[in-house]
Amino acid sequence: MNGELALVLVATLPLVGALLTVLFGLRGGFIALAVAASISIALFVLILDVAQGGVIEIAVGGWEAPLGITLRADGLALAFLTMSALVMVAVILFAQGGFAPRTIAGKMVEKRASYAFWPLALLLWAALNAIFLSRDLFNIYVGLEMLTLAAMALVAIGGKAESIAAAMRCMMFALLGSLLYLLGVSLLYAAHGTLDIDQIFARTTTANADFVAAGLITAGLLLKTALFPFHAWLPPAHSNAPAPASAMLSALVPKASFYILLRFWFEAVPDLANQAVMWFLGGLGALAILFGSLMALRQMRLKLIIAYSTVAQIGYLFLVFPLAGGDYSAQPWATNAWSAASFHAISHGLAKAAMFLCAGLWIVAVGHDRLDGMKGLAQAMPMTTFAFVLAAMTLIGLPPSGGFTAKYLMLSAAFSAGDIIWVVILVAGGLLSAAYLYRPIAFVFERKALQTTVFVSHRLQAIPLILALAATLLGLASNIPFELLQIGRPFASSGEME
Amino acid sequence: MITSAMIFGLCGAAVIGIGLYGFVIHRNLLRRVLAFNVIGSGIFLLFGAMGYRSPILGADPVPQALIITGIVVALSATALAVALVVAYARATGQSTLPEDGAEHKTEDKADER
Repeated sequence: MNGELALVLVATLPLVGALLTVLFGLRGGFIALAVAASISIALFVLILDVAQGGVIEIAVGGWEAPLGITLRADGLALAFLTMSALVMVAVILFAQGGFAPRTIAGKMVEKRASYAFWPLALLLWAALNAIFLSRDLFNIYVGLEMLTLAAMALVAIGGKAESIAAAMRCMMFALLGSLLYLLGVSLLYAAHGTLDIDQIFARTTTANADFVAAGLITAGLLLKTALFPFHAWLPPAHSNAPAPASAMLSALVPKASFYILLRFWFEAVPDLANQAVMWFLGGLGALAILFGSLMALRQMRLKLIIAYSTVAQIGYLFLVFPLAGGDYSAQPWATNAWSAASFHAISHGLAKAAMFLCAGLWIVAVGHDRLDGMKGLAQAMPMTTFAFVLAAMTLIGLPPSGGFTAKYLMLSAAFSAGDIIWVVILVAGGLLSAAYLYRPIAFVFERKALQTTVFVSHRLQAIPLILALAATLLGLASNIPFELLQIGRPFASSGEME
Repeated sequence: MITSAMIFGLCGAAVIGIGLYGFVIHRNLLRRVLAFNVIGSGIFLLFGAMGYRSPILGADPVPQALIITGIVVALSATALAVALVVAYARATGQSTLPEDGAEHKTEDKADER
């Protein structure tokens, strides 16, 4: 009973908070903090309950699927919920005291931006939680739209011409993506009369429309995930937003649409997942890793490096499809590959948020994020530098870190499957990420007479450090999240089907 | 035999096609937002037609409920998109986005200064 209540609270509290911050704009920071604390407690209760009693499921309003909407907390959902909660708590703490708007010049802008920041951040969180918990494809669509709209507004919150242009570019991709997804969903409904993931899985017939629907849904979600070659909008959007907004955008937003893809291909239509489709998705992921890393190597601005690194890191997530999807889903290594993707998504989320917050602090200190102007910052701000290096370790996949666990699991799956191409991609991606992350670290560590820097409080510096430590801890104590992830995972059901 | 549902469905598909054409062909941002709405209307029409069951049963109400939700979502998206178009026009005086790459060049120049 406690678990069910906690589930409802996790889904509804951010929405209530968003409304409250609109009503009491001046106290937005305080309300957001209170909401974040309550959601964290509810989430903790929910995790304990699920760890003891297994998957918790509720039918909203007592209406069963297909008419009603089912909310379910399984291991995968809890893992992603926990990641968003950690990142959101960090971002909300970081943005306290009007930090978010202070990076923007001009007093008028400051007022508008600080007023808009809190409701948008909480709406983003509400959308994420709705997507992670929902079992209904149309409900997920509504969540996805809410997420997109909040994210676009956060990109544009600075009010500068570049950030509005970035938001506009992003918006065009997102609008097209959501239409494709909606069309796919309507075709699925027309064929099977239900949008519940489990009922679609249990459908007895496979209509021709299913293939079209799966293609449309996948294409729409790829546009929103910014997978290569649809990545063009991501770097300007993520690098032009203020630091706390960038952290949310880069760490959380692409994960939501990837999460839907994961649910869709592994839980709704695993029977449609043939090897060609899975390899196609994996191939796009591999190209994203290579292209994103090479682009990150060429950038001279720290935030653009971090943003292109997101393009590359999203690619790793898609390697789960050729390694665990299709014919491989019944193989013993599928569990490892599937868990690896979740581990990677979570450790990347934590590390990337830490990196963007570090970049934000450095920008406060020196007033810009050009690499050549950041020399000597390691001496001025050792704590932030330490956090950045820890986060970089996770992204490169050095032990001990969550990123290492993810890469290790994925590599072992690739070896077991005998698909050496993915091993090559994984190793090359790791080396490339070491190269592009070494550049900013080398600049920061360069010994040089200290430039005049603005003092940044240690309290703010501690926030990215805690996030980076959490990403490291995920590797040190990987057993607990690994066990949690296995609760209600899809292969048990698809194994029975064989 | 062509049923009325099929005619509605085909019309929906045609509207989606027109909208998609407009979305791809125009670079003016407002026109693109309008094209998005045309595609959306086509999808709603198609979805509504799919809800048709038989002359006796009539229409399945679930697609109608979903369409209404979809319209609300499309309306909010349009509102945000138009607000962005207006803000962009105010900030730059332009109604189109710069070509890919052009934006990066201006950024680089700004960095060099």
